[in-house]
Amino acid sequence: MTMYRILKAAEIAENIYLYDVEAPRVARRCMPGQFVIVRAGDDGERIPLTICDYDRQKGSITLVVQVVGASTYGMRSLASGDSFTDVVGPLGKASDLCEMPIEELRKKHIVFIGGGLGTAPVYPQVKWLHEHGIDADVIIGARSQSLVILEEEMKAVAGNVYVTTDDGSYGRSGMVTKCLEDLIAEGKQYDHCVCIGPMIMMKFTCLTTKKYGIHTVVSLNPIMVDGTGMCGACRVTVGSKTMFACVDGPEFDGHLVDFDEAMKRTQIYKTAEGRAYLMAKEGDTHHGGCGCCGGDN
Amino acid sequence: MAQDMLKRVPVREQEPQVRAHNFDEVCYGYNESEAVAEAARCLNCKNPRCVEGCPVNINIPSFITRVKDGNFEGAYAVISDSSTLPAICGRVCPQETQCEGRCIRGIKGEPVAIGKLERFVADYAMHKGIRPRVTAEHNGKKVAVIGSGPAGLACAGDLLKLGYDVTIFEALHKAGGVLVYGIPEFRLPKDAVVQKEIDNIRALGAKIETDVVIGKSSTIDELMAEEGFDAVFIGSGAGLPRFMHIPGENANGVFSANEYLTRSNLMGAFADSPTPIMVGKKVAVVGGGNVAMDAARTALRLGAEVHIIYRRSESELPARAEEVHHAKEEGIVFDFLTNPTEILTDDNGWVSGITCVRMQLGEPDESGRRRPEVIEGSEFTIEVDSVIMALGTAPNPLISSTTEGLETNRRGCIATVDDYGATAKEGVFAGGDAVSGAATVILAMGAGRKAAEGIHRYLCGK
Ligand SMILES: Cc1cc2nc3c(=O)[nH]c(=O)nc-3n(C[C@H](O)[C@H](O)[C@H](O)COP(=O)(O)OP(=O)(O)OC[C@H]3O[C@@H](n4cnc5c(N)ncnc54)[C@H](O)[C@@H]3O)c2cc1C
Ligand SMILES: Cc1cc2nc3c(=O)[nH]c(=O)nc-3n(C[C@H](O)[C@H](O)[C@H](O)COP(=O)(O)OP(=O)(O)OC[C@H]3O[C@@H](n4cnc5c(N)ncnc54)[C@H](O)[C@@H]3O)c2cc1C
Ligand code: SF4
Ligand code: SF4
Ligand code: FES
Repeated sequence: MTMYRILKAAEIAENIYLYDVEAPRVARRCMPGQFVIVRAGDDGERIPLTICDYDRQKGSITLVVQVVGASTYGMRSLASGDSFTDVVGPLGKASDLCEMPIEELRKKHIVFIGGGLGTAPVYPQVKWLHEHGIDADVIIGARSQSLVILEEEMKAVAGNVYVTTDDGSYGRSGMVTKCLEDLIAEGKQYDHCVCIGPMIMMKFTCLTTKKYGIHTVVSLNPIMVDGTGMCGACRVTVGSKTMFACVDGPEFDGHLVDFDEAMKRTQIYKTAEGRAYLMAKEGDTHHGGCGCCGGDN
Repeated sequence: MAQDMLKRVPVREQEPQVRAHNFDEVCYGYNESEAVAEAARCLNCKNPRCVEGCPVNINIPSFITRVKDGNFEGAYAVISDSSTLPAICGRVCPQETQCEGRCIRGIKGEPVAIGKLERFVADYAMHKGIRPRVTAEHNGKKVAVIGSGPAGLACAGDLLKLGYDVTIFEALHKAGGVLVYGIPEFRLPKDAVVQKEIDNIRALGAKIETDVVIGKSSTIDELMAEEGFDAVFIGSGAGLPRFMHIPGENANGVFSANEYLTRSNLMGAFADSPTPIMVGKKVAVVGGGNVAMDAARTALRLGAEVHIIYRRSESELPARAEEVHHAKEEGIVFDFLTNPTEILTDDNGWVSGITCVRMQLGEPDESGRRRPEVIEGSEFTIEVDSVIMALGTAPNPLISSTTEGLETNRRGCIATVDDYGATAKEGVFAGGDAVSGAATVILAMGAGRKAAEGIHRYLCGK
């Protein structure tokens, strides 16, 4: 059996963990924009995670995980020397940028926007561009200073890095959309935006970029099971067509995505509300044990 | 007590009211004396029509005669000549349209219970630890098998017996294909049956590499050029779910049967596991095949009231007769000649109902079945809180779209050029649902074995 050994594990911000994991098959072929599905433990849930960096020589990939629920909480205890039970990938399509002719790329004025944990999946794309002689601007947004991640790493590969915090505790003050509008007001011109973060942040960023006519790519993170096109759990509506995010995405034209539907769909098994709803729907038949309800009934 | 030779020896089953609330196997199968008694009903025909009905032509009278004589091990040897997965096929083959559908006994009475006897023999061998033997020496040639469903397992099994070095690549974290992610525990026990069959293939020397998606983690060309595989068998199945493309289909509470069954079976959501599954109060399952029956009976066992919505009539149901019978006994409601037109949602985006129209059967269509036609003005709504779409599946394009030189037909199935699974690409063979579209376990297994023969010939000729 293949072992997916953890070479390095670190808490890089409050409740955000970074892992370097041995996964030679993935490391050999992966491109920025792609993701893996991991399982921790023999009965572990299948959890999709973006590949945030990779080392083809060492055969390892970097994952950055935010604790949001039972399964990601369970990963906290994984330390260097431990293993993931499964790591499968690389899944999904590579980022559009990596598929474009370099000449065309050079003509573009690209801005990346990473919201919260979304900064991590932005990183490999910025790094890839840097390696191809293109330095893009990056906006890192976080609720507050303690949640800003990968700032130094990003500075090493980006043109300009702008950090903004919702509470103004660090860098500029306000949400990423404000930061973008401020930059444009300051004279910056962008014609291509890549935005990755919580659905709600991507939705509002797209509303903003649409105003300015900036083509915007988002990376969607719907619920997934297999990640290969087999289950349809990840379906999203893009330009009024149903797409499977795991194989048709995860990147899509943000101006065509039905975010409201996508946001509703991530609630199916989740959030306090979702749980309460599920409880209400399931009533007496609620079987517990799925972790949705915290496992206390 | 004298045996009525027109009737088969009844098989013991869990009571419907009890099994509707658990995931234990429905059918207990025959014990030794029951098997011997049933075997005695076989007329040992000179021209056994049953054998023609079996896609892999198991020598049925020969194995049944041995059962009658109490020579169960001998019976197993006969079956093993033609089948790699008898414990599974005995349980899930649509016998009524295959072996048993042709049995001469069936003309005046009930056909011999060939499937149940096959299951008995295979289970007997399993309990006794009797395994297929390897005889061949390693021949140093490497074959990659993509997919660990019945086609891949059967192909691997035969190649191993011929001395090949075989690696099976499986996209999921567990081997078995539909046998582990699709067909539920109550029809096909995972640890007691499927795992044992996979262990047999491992015991023959197969390497099974899970978590490898060919087309993503690696490609067929890389397997051949860089990893030294001399031939490749594609047994990747038909896993792509269809939807109806009706309004409301992306609402919360609408699932493909694949998702629902994968959560329950592969991820263990029916028992205690971290993977959640939505337990509806009232569930509509759309479709009429085995997949629809399995999804419906899973939802029922999780505690829901379940309706199967099928656009044709009962006699067109493609599911195995036994499953339909069991589903009815368990209390599944069948809404025949009914077709959904829209899924209704509440303010939060959750399913609140399903609007349907009534259908009537018109002239036969290309499948030979009478075409269902809408009865104008017959719309009505069923209140449900979840909908499971079980409309069939198609092959996944992941492999065909990443392999230069592989050809597909208009349904996305991989095209083969002979009866031995050879494809347009040299050294690459294919079989099972990936080639035929969604079919049956026994056909996939048969195709896997044929391809093993084709691969052997190809590599011997090289
Ligand atoms: C393609 C893809 C790439 C991803 N990349 C990363 C990554 O690099 N790092 C990372 O930490 N996470 C990533 N995610 C999200 C991650 O998979 C989920 O956070 C995780 O599955 C939650 O599991 P859980 O059991 O811990 O939480 P759950 O108990 O399932 O959920 C708890 C809470 O998390 C929220 N949540 C659950 N799933 C998602 C989701 N898919 N997106 C947004 N919110 C969600 C819920 O609303 C809920 O409040 C990615 C998802 C996808 C589909
Ligand atoms: C719910 C359900 C119930 C059924 N009930 C019955 C029944 O009662 N009787 C019956 O005879 N038939 C039944 N069938 C049909 C039967 O299961 C299939 O016809 C049979 O399993 C096909 O076998 P296969 O080996 O071709 O493919 P599968 O069993 O589908 O196996 C294919 C395997 O390949 C893997 N794979 C796919 N793509 C890749 C890739 N790119 N890289 C690596 N691996 C890959 C898949 O993960 C899967 O494990 C049922 C099917 C379903 C879904
Ligand atoms: S393999 Fe299937 S069709 Fe053939 S004898 Fe057995 S049950 Fe009948
Ligand atoms: S057709 Fe029926 S009776 Fe004749 S050999 Fe086959 S199983 Fe026996
Ligand atoms: S996750 Fe199953 S189809 Fe995308």
